[in-house]
Amino acid sequence: MERAEDAGVYKLSEDLAIVQTLDFFTPIVDDPYTFGEVAVANALSDVYAMGGEPIVAMNIVCFPIKKMDISILQQILLGGLDKMREAGVILVGGHSVEDDELKYGLSVTGVIHPERVWLNTGAKVGDKLILTKPLGTGIINTALKGGLADEELVAKSIKCMIALNKKASELAMEAEVHACTDVTGFGFLGHACEMIEGTDVGMVIYSSVVPVLPGTEEYAQMGLIPAGTIRNRDFRLPMIELATEISDERLLILFDAQTSGGLLISVPGQEAEALLKRMHEESIEEAAIVGEVVDEPKGKIVVK
Amino acid sequence: MKKGRAMVEVDVRGFSCPIPVVRTKKAIDANPNQPIVVLVETAVSKENVSRLARSKGYSVQIEQVVGDEYHLLLTPLMK
Repeated sequence: MERAEDAGVYKLSEDLAIVQTLDFFTPIVDDPYTFGEVAVANALSDVYAMGGEPIVAMNIVCFPIKKMDISILQQILLGGLDKMREAGVILVGGHSVEDDELKYGLSVTGVIHPERVWLNTGAKVGDKLILTKPLGTGIINTALKGGLADEELVAKSIKCMIALNKKASELAMEAEVHACTDVTGFGFLGHACEMIEGTDVGMVIYSSVVPVLPGTEEYAQMGLIPAGTIRNRDFRLPMIELATEISDERLLILFDAQTSGGLLISVPGQEAEALLKRMHEESIEEAAIVGEVVDEPKGKIVVK
Repeated sequence: MKKGRAMVEVDVRGFSCPIPVVRTKKAIDANPNQPIVVLVETAVSKENVSRLARSKGYSVQIEQVVGDEYHLLLTPLMK
């Protein structure tokens, strides 16, 4: 593997490899238990995005013990542990250090068949692209930080962030996955760019069918856009061709830096509808076919 | 409202998003139909504050001071 993949893979035998990843960050929600859940769903996602099955994990904790009550840490760890239980992952240890700024996350080890690793690249002409979660968590978190977010909309965003990508990954294993990644800090279009950069295929994205959390558009119009989201757009704009009139805000939403975002899966066109139907049946309600892989323009994304 | 008072100024230099937008929104809400000057020092804040102002019915005049420091003049559009 030569590219920036979601996790590292090490082959142990002909039919077994381990997949390893590590992710931790500062709180993005106020409630400590919820933050624990989000951090774990986010850390496990990299394994699911490789087509692996996470089995064990270790906690990573930075905590300002002199300034903050220990009960906050207990709640974070409890939220994390409950989320690991839901995923069938066993916590085997961890490490904590004192730090001015609270951070939590996991080091995760999973297993995978060495011949069935999903890379970011490998999308083929005729593939359809399935996105399994709505966009907008970065913008809604910014509105929350600014004290301008509606409680109900924040609750929807949190529900999205704490949802595991486990089921989506398992269902995708039933199809022939050509490429897969999870949508996180670079935003949906940023990660889509990674899938095709320097390859001999391109993508068409149908912007109007990309699922978006309620409230995102409105907050974007108010200028509640994270700096990372704006940087994502500025960095990748040369790879984007706008084939339709699309508002600045809509384009920024497509680049919105996500926390614990969904999977972006490239599957053969004839398999996409059936996989999408299975996802909807399994309560991955917002999953949608958002685009397709094309011959031309190579290494570019046409946004329609 | 007093007459002849100085123009409303919002200085959000040194603050990162979303604080510049939040403070500008407060100034807009507290001073309806008045021009407002916003001092920002990042391209991100310039973009986000301009977006807020336009969505609230202001025209935005941008003056680059130095580097990424800008003065934004928000003028309410006459209805």
